[in-house]
Amino acid sequence: MRVLHRPVRHGDRHRPSSARRQTHSPDFREERRQLPLPLPPSAIFFSGSVSLPVSFPDSNMAAPPSYLLPPSPPCARARRRGRDCRSKNCSFMCFCFSSGIMDTRQQSKIIYSWYGKPTNSDRKLRTLQYKGILIKSERSRKERCIQLGDFVLVEGENADQPFVAQLLDLYEDGAEQKHAVVQWFSHISEIPKNKQKLLKRRISSQEVFFDKVSGYDTDIAVETIIDSVLVIPLRLKDELPTRLKKEKIFCVKQSWDGKCFKALSPHTFSKLNEANRKEDGIPNSFNSFVPSDIISSAKKETKKAGSSATKTKNVEMEIESKHSASKSSLSKKRHSLRVANGIKNPTARKKLELNSPTRSPKSKLLEQEDIWALLDDDCDSQLLKPTAIKRKVKFTEVLSSPPKITCANDKLKSVFGTAEDQEVLSGTLRLSPYRKLEDSNEKVRSLNMEVDAIVLTGHKELGSQSPAVTPRSRRTCTQETSTRIAEQISLLNMLESKEEEDFLSSSDGSYSSSSEEEDSDVSCTPEKKTKPSRMFSTPKSSRKPSVHTPAKTPKKTPLPGTPRTPRNATPEIPRRSHAAQKPTSVLEEARLRLHVSAVPESLPCREEEFQDIYNFVESKLIDGTGGCMYISGVPGTGKTATVHEVIRCLQRATEDDDLPSFQFIEINGMKLTDPHQAYVQILELLTGQKVTATHAAVLLANLFCTPGPKRKTTVLVVDELDLLWTRKQNVMYNLFDWPTQKHSKLIILAIANTMDLPERIMMNRVSSRLGLTRMSFQPYTYKQLQQIISSRLNSVKAFEEDAIQLVSRKVAALSGDARRCLDICRRAAEICEFSSQKSTDEIVRMTHITQAIDEMFSSPYIQAIRNASLHEQIFFKAILAEFRRVGVEEATVQQVYRQHIALCRMEGMQSPTVSDILAICARLGACRLLLLESSSKYLHMRVRLNISQDDVMYALKDD
Amino acid sequence: MELRGEGSGGVGRAGKARRGRSREAGGQAARALLGIEREGRARARRRRLTASPQIESSAMNKRKLKESSGTDGECISQVQKMLRERLCHHRAMGKLFGIDQQYKHLLELLKQTTVCGESNSALIIGPRGSGKTALLNRVLKDLREMKQVKENLLEVHLNGLLQTNDKVALKEITRQLHLENVVGDKVFGSFAENLAFLLEALRKGNRTSSCPVLFVLDEFDLFVHHKNQTLLYNLFDISQSAQTPVTVIGLTCRQDILELLEKRVKSRFSHRRIYLMNSFAFKQYIRIFKEQLSLPAEFPDKAFAQKWNSNIQLLTEDKTVQDILQNLFHYSKDLRSLNFLLMLAVSNVTVRHPLITASDLQEASKQYRMDSKANIVHGLSVLEICLIIAMKHLNDVYEGEPFNFQMVYNEFQKFIQRKAHCMYNFEKPVVMKAFEHLLQLELVKPIERPSVRSQREYLLMELLLDNNQIMDALQAYPNCPTDVKQWAASSLSWL
Repeated sequence: MRVLHRPVRHGDRHRPSSARRQTHSPDFREERRQLPLPLPPSAIFFSGSVSLPVSFPDSNMAAPPSYLLPPSPPCARARRRGRDCRSKNCSFMCFCFSSGIMDTRQQSKIIYSWYGKPTNSDRKLRTLQYKGILIKSERSRKERCIQLGDFVLVEGENADQPFVAQLLDLYEDGAEQKHAVVQWFSHISEIPKNKQKLLKRRISSQEVFFDKVSGYDTDIAVETIIDSVLVIPLRLKDELPTRLKKEKIFCVKQSWDGKCFKALSPHTFSKLNEANRKEDGIPNSFNSFVPSDIISSAKKETKKAGSSATKTKNVEMEIESKHSASKSSLSKKRHSLRVANGIKNPTARKKLELNSPTRSPKSKLLEQEDIWALLDDDCDSQLLKPTAIKRKVKFTEVLSSPPKITCANDKLKSVFGTAEDQEVLSGTLRLSPYRKLEDSNEKVRSLNMEVDAIVLTGHKELGSQSPAVTPRSRRTCTQETSTRIAEQISLLNMLESKEEEDFLSSSDGSYSSSSEEEDSDVSCTPEKKTKPSRMFSTPKSSRKPSVHTPAKTPKKTPLPGTPRTPRNATPEIPRRSHAAQKPTSVLEEARLRLHVSAVPESLPCREEEFQDIYNFVESKLIDGTGGCMYISGVPGTGKTATVHEVIRCLQRATEDDDLPSFQFIEINGMKLTDPHQAYVQILELLTGQKVTATHAAVLLANLFCTPGPKRKTTVLVVDELDLLWTRKQNVMYNLFDWPTQKHSKLIILAIANTMDLPERIMMNRVSSRLGLTRMSFQPYTYKQLQQIISSRLNSVKAFEEDAIQLVSRKVAALSGDARRCLDICRRAAEICEFSSQKSTDEIVRMTHITQAIDEMFSSPYIQAIRNASLHEQIFFKAILAEFRRVGVEEATVQQVYRQHIALCRMEGMQSPTVSDILAICARLGACRLLLLESSSKYLHMRVRLNISQDDVMYALKDD
Repeated sequence: MELRGEGSGGVGRAGKARRGRSREAGGQAARALLGIEREGRARARRRRLTASPQIESSAMNKRKLKESSGTDGECISQVQKMLRERLCHHRAMGKLFGIDQQYKHLLELLKQTTVCGESNSALIIGPRGSGKTALLNRVLKDLREMKQVKENLLEVHLNGLLQTNDKVALKEITRQLHLENVVGDKVFGSFAENLAFLLEALRKGNRTSSCPVLFVLDEFDLFVHHKNQTLLYNLFDISQSAQTPVTVIGLTCRQDILELLEKRVKSRFSHRRIYLMNSFAFKQYIRIFKEQLSLPAEFPDKAFAQKWNSNIQLLTEDKTVQDILQNLFHYSKDLRSLNFLLMLAVSNVTVRHPLITASDLQEASKQYRMDSKANIVHGLSVLEICLIIAMKHLNDVYEGEPFNFQMVYNEFQKFIQRKAHCMYNFEKPVVMKAFEHLLQLELVKPIERPSVRSQREYLLMELLLDNNQIMDALQAYPNCPTDVKQWAASSLSWL
């Protein structure tokens, strides 16, 4: 699901691809075409996302972690997108469609203020405690009150995955900073993979765990709170009622203490329950207002959309007429609004609203209590089909609804035009539909989605009719729609990206530009329009798989000739057709073990360094702070291997719960195309987002520099640090600046070759941030190399002891590069294998080693000169003679040519022509035995030797 | 200018005469070698008997040719085709000579990769024309025929001359590997994306399950100049870590290639080098010569093949042929030059001249080792020759210092004044014209760029000919006035 995180492209958000979505898309698309131009973004937000699917995707879809997360207003992401759009100076259209969601948070400053008077004050600590907080955003004039005990969403490091928590305390400290103390809930994705197995059951995406892990900071800044949510405690065997499935509701069944899962203790259970009840009883106050122009535009669209469906059309007309007739009747309007509101969520609560057109907070409380009662009922009776209750409720509601709201009722009918709803409405309370429901569970869900969409349009319609509604009556509607919309859009995005993936994998889709896409969208609309009509007009047929007809047909046809890179391409090398052979002989076994890539059981000879790095990282992990360490050493001294070993050990320790868990990321300067790509890679490894370098830098700075709650420590290994050098050194500066930030919890292990790199290439401000925690890996001594080889060979008897010693001594004298050492051994084993094909088991001896060393380290020049042709050798002699004559180590070809001819005459040979000489010259130059000027100078080209004269003489002497 | 025309005509004629003579000799030799000896002997007998054998024998000869031309023509064309293919496409399917050890080494190395999934890296180093590509192609061909290897090796061929930077190279690798981000035959996406994708793809694999990948980097030395050597680092790094098994084979002619690698890249390279040195002696060279020209046993016309092969055998024992080959061998040991020489000789084979002769080879060798500049001098007019001689004297006097047109003209004038009776005194513009012609032929080269301000007469020049070349050219120059020759030969210019 990484498509989810890819940078937003204009226009590719709302591509139709599955039947489910198709049914809602028409009105949305209409809307796109019809919306008046400059609108306030918040308005777009409302109008642009009304008809989106609500339900959660089916379980049969492969659901990656991020997808599993219940949708929530991804504020940071929205903010980002908003910025994107603005910076690109794009018009309203792309604003609406590319950004999809416009949370109010990004539009205006959000004001957090205390609710009520301080309840408690601590003189000594100079703190004032409060019982609630008001979150108010300026632009939308929306205000939300969150009280102690409420469940909230808290901004996480990944904008798409907010944390769930319960507010335990709210206080203001002496510095007038607002703080909150929370009880965390962990989502399944926050629990380490290896521990997830302990659960032994499927976890729904809405399930969270009561977090008892110590080590997370429970004191957070109030500003990180996004929104309130509902968390329902459930017994272990209970299922979350289906009607709540698509809600922004979490359930908690178990607690998680970092080691194992436990069922909720009765105490916690009742406490959580308590909190839920209380929460609903709090009088919230909201006021919001929707600009009328949007509403009218929205109305137009719904009209269009509605006209596609026969039944809805009727309803619409009815409503229309009703509204034209009774524009003045405020109560009616409010009532109808309420109806719409109620219909919107086909849950018990919403249905109950129908009974009480003029509802007071008190009644709402009652309703809420009702739900809880129902829920409890569900739990107790172990009823597996909560929908039964839902329907029952609905039934009674509908029946008891006053005749005044017939139109709404009508609408209801149309909306719940599915078979079982019809049945319910007709008053038959049979249990048979449940069975049916069971087999067509999925179908129903998709239907529900459509129902929702229609309901939403209906709701919008109604809302549009009453621009001057009292704040009171509008309140629930707007609040709910806003959260709902946010939810839907994030869901839609997920769906879309999901579908996009499918789409792309099925065909070489082509949508290089948004305009192109729009074209194809438009062409698709008629088909989409017909769909809902078919469905709603024939309620019985709705169970038929007509809804399910795969959306492949109405998909955009890819334009030929413009192939696109499949974005979901999985990087993979094909598998081999024949199984890899197992080593048959001792020598082959030894060769495999000696391969540099073979991961040894232990890293000998780097115990000290290992311990130092381990201690450094461990201490930082325990303290929960950040820090840098610089590791240097010549190539092949085991720097990266040691660091990896340390990380492996630390990970093992965290698995055994000796250490707080951490996240490990690694980047390599050599594997980046540009130093700034480091940001991109870090961010991608950290959160899975794919953004541009500059943007990634901003996001990372945000991440590390702002006090984020509940963040794991990050261990970042930066290999080949010197390649991250830029002229301004801002990449290095940032990398080493982050760990110094108070809340970053970032540990950096920087690896490079040169010991004095910080002093040599870094600016003072960078090297000072790097700090003085340095470590240098010395080249291996021969004893160490010997030990390395022996430990790798372990019990395999393939090498003579002396042979190993010879290799280690030789390599230690040359470079101390362990890679070289292993390579020589491997080659020696090969030579041995090669030479002893007849005799069965031979072990590698000194001679093999010497041969391998000769092969690897002998200078090729002398051999090359010895194997050169006669005239080439004479040419060398001529060069030497000329150098001796002139006394300068440089000569022109003409001069050498004269010497050459003289030498040839002495030896009684036919002298070559100038062309021959130049060809010889070029040949030797290509081998870099000679260094030449450009050949355009012909005879006046200057020649130099690339090897010492002594070597040349030595090579020529033996002949 | 008439002088010049005459000169060139002379050359042509001389050449033709020479060629005619050699053709005759060759024809005789061939006839002697063929089965016409009996016929020849019969003819000789008849010659003795009859007074006018000439006409009769020639008529018979013609008839004979007509008869055999049908079958011979086919044979010849087949021979031509076969030998030309062998000589021209040596790198693709040529036989390997004297590099059995390297062959075994490379084959073993690639077998390890494909069969055991071991990662490796190696460089094949050798001068140009030493058969690096031929070796690799041969090994790959043999490898593909193995049962365990079939369909079990992905090959990526890169050439430093084509993939001039890492970005292009990456796209090419992705394309050749047919990874999933390849659309049609194209790869989109940024450099960074592609690199990340490829590395991810290679990292995911492991020794036992992934298909091994063989990277062949032709002109390896050019990859070294890519920025940061990113590609090489990554390829070698993969070959040294537990990822998809890869083998990186570099082909280069530079002996100092290891010094060009960055220290981290160098450390990751396994230091396995396979040298191709042309380390054969002259005897082997002769054998190669024979093998290159011999027809295989499966040649359709057995009789002709036998004749041809025995002729080749005779050639190898011929002294002149051996001399020619010895000369070439002294000059250059690479097989490509031998192939060029043989190609020239093989091209002379026709129906009328069905077998290669020693003189064919001699001719080819002459052609092959001709001095290019001296050839140009052959075609110059006497005036231009005079100018060159003047320049030669100036070089002698001023020890290679540059000269200008005015100096050359003065020198020429001195010569004219002394020998006014035999040379026509050309006017200065005419001489200038001749001088510019030399300039165009690049026999003379200005040492500085001609600018607007400096006058053409005073532009400094240097001669791109050696004294030896001038003297040799004059020797061969037809109808050269003796005075000019004398002037050139005299060490003192004023004589």
